[in-house]
Amino acid sequence: MSIADVGTHKNNKQVANGSMETLSATSTKQRSLRHWLGRRRGHVLLATFVLVVCVVLLAVAWGSFSIPPWTIVKILWRRVSGSTGATTWPTSWETVILQIRLPRILLAALVGGALSQAGAVYQGLFRNPLADPYLIGVSSGAGLGATIAIAFGLRIGLGGLGAVSMLAFSGALVATALVYLLSRIGGRTSVATLLLAGVALGAFFASIQTFFMFRSKDAFHTVHIVSWLMGSFNLANWMKVRLLAPVLAFGGAIIWAYGYRLNVLQLDEEQAQQLGVAVERARLILIALASLVTATAVAVSGVIGFVGLLVPHAVRLVWGPDHRFLLPMSVLVGAVLMIIADGVARTLLAPAELPVGVVTAFLGAPFFLYLLRQKRQHLFR
Amino acid sequence: MRRLRSAVEGLFRRQPACAIRKPLPMEATSLSFSFGNCRVVDNVDLLLELGCMVGVIGPNGAGKSTLVKLLSRVLTPESGRISLGDRSLMDWRAMELARVLTVVPQNPELPAAFTSWEMVLMGRTPFLGWLGKESEKDRAIVQRAMIDTGTWPLAKRGIHQLSGGERQRVIIARALAQEPHVLLLDEPTAHLDINHQIETMNLITQLVEERQLAGLVIFHDLNLASHFCDELVLLQNGTVLAHGAPEQVLTKTAIRQAYNVDVTIMRHPGHDLPVVLPA
Repeated sequence: MSIADVGTHKNNKQVANGSMETLSATSTKQRSLRHWLGRRRGHVLLATFVLVVCVVLLAVAWGSFSIPPWTIVKILWRRVSGSTGATTWPTSWETVILQIRLPRILLAALVGGALSQAGAVYQGLFRNPLADPYLIGVSSGAGLGATIAIAFGLRIGLGGLGAVSMLAFSGALVATALVYLLSRIGGRTSVATLLLAGVALGAFFASIQTFFMFRSKDAFHTVHIVSWLMGSFNLANWMKVRLLAPVLAFGGAIIWAYGYRLNVLQLDEEQAQQLGVAVERARLILIALASLVTATAVAVSGVIGFVGLLVPHAVRLVWGPDHRFLLPMSVLVGAVLMIIADGVARTLLAPAELPVGVVTAFLGAPFFLYLLRQKRQHLFR
Repeated sequence: MRRLRSAVEGLFRRQPACAIRKPLPMEATSLSFSFGNCRVVDNVDLLLELGCMVGVIGPNGAGKSTLVKLLSRVLTPESGRISLGDRSLMDWRAMELARVLTVVPQNPELPAAFTSWEMVLMGRTPFLGWLGKESEKDRAIVQRAMIDTGTWPLAKRGIHQLSGGERQRVIIARALAQEPHVLLLDEPTAHLDINHQIETMNLITQLVEERQLAGLVIFHDLNLASHFCDELVLLQNGTVLAHGAPEQVLTKTAIRQAYNVDVTIMRHPGHDLPVVLPA
């Protein structure tokens, strides 16, 4: 029945048996890597997950004094299995690992993953390579919330979360909701309006934030605000890990399930609709979830820049734009990158600590430029 | 060779899986739509029957593309009713609708970073499961669609590496991968060479006949429209000027009225269909 039957019959038969290797060899190696990946995505994700676990172990091992990774595994196992036998290591090691290093490193991994995934969602949703998780108000809202908490010296708290985290979280969600509602005209949101509303509201919030900073008589407040804005993990605790982990798991799973719809949303709105995607609903769900994940990450760690912009691009440059792979892979790569950045941040000026945002930008930007030059490929469209 | 070929085709032929795969006719009654104060589609009646190919012709700005957008629910009609199967078009869920109705848009925006294969695979979107992982069957359907449209050798190439005509054929392949019952094509032959124009239209007419689809195609080329369509609709300023078999619609007076130009109508020596030439 085919008219322009270009493929040979031999070719057809083999492919009918489900083999993709028979694709006619017309193109470059890089494309065939992507084709191969189409069938091996699961393996690559699994391998990267193993890498994340290894990096976590190495990061826990590394610090002011080092602990052999195998001992760490044994300490963790002892804790999990609840055995009480004699140990071959000092008890202080257990405290250092379980109370200080592990929560901090897990939090860094979760925040890195959360920001990277949110970045991938926003870049895909807005079809804009400059989009990052803070694009539509999360950072300005969180910044204002945190500033108010610090400048007024609020003391409310919930569990292990202080007023700063709580106000930052609420501020981020309020700002995103405002941007979304403001750009909703006649039951539809346009991408351009969303971006502009985000920029305008961001400027508005930043001005209020600056006002409070100047009004504050206490210089310590200003330092506190600025260092919070740069982001850091030095206040990490298990409570924060327990807060972010389920949010990322829940939000991440649904976002992942929306991956193929995000692929279709790379086309124009009309085509996406004709391919069966309820555009407006998909957009609302993705914005809500990505903002929730980002807001939680910001609440527990401050506004850490550049990871959410860089990681999705790096993954896309290497493995192509398929969001079904891009989204989970960004989480894993973001986790690895943030652990490394945090490791550098806490050891470079030891015993003092750099804000981790300084490190992510300093290491991330040159690497990103290298990738950009190396591939010389269409970054986005 | 022929036996091998029919065996391969048998592998790709799909059985109707559920009620939704039943063929569906489409009907529009007294359809109207305005952009602001400007009435673009005015009281149009249209019936898309199964196994029948309807061509829509008319000068620029006659409302052809708007009509396709109304029929594909991108735009909501101001008044009038569209029914698909036994339901109103508005009652269909987005995914459901995409399984039976396909559009090949005019000048679609395509992200360059995807390969042709990935682009055609997007046609399977309404059939994908929870995580959107395509099955072996989806891949086979996509490959069939690409072979049928002659885009299989381009499968691994990026969209940005394709010419205008190749892109157009990739989009048609994507529409075929959707396995629709109603096919709406907005100038499918616009950027194609004569060989691909004829191949594409042959493919579309053949699909319409074999699978009993309802087809609607917008044409600028009146001769292609005359050759490939069972029925033509001539639009002007949003209203139907003439409607019927090609020889009834492509008349000197009708074309004079719609396009404001004098033409000569001749008969094709092979099959007696009207051919429009400059006067």
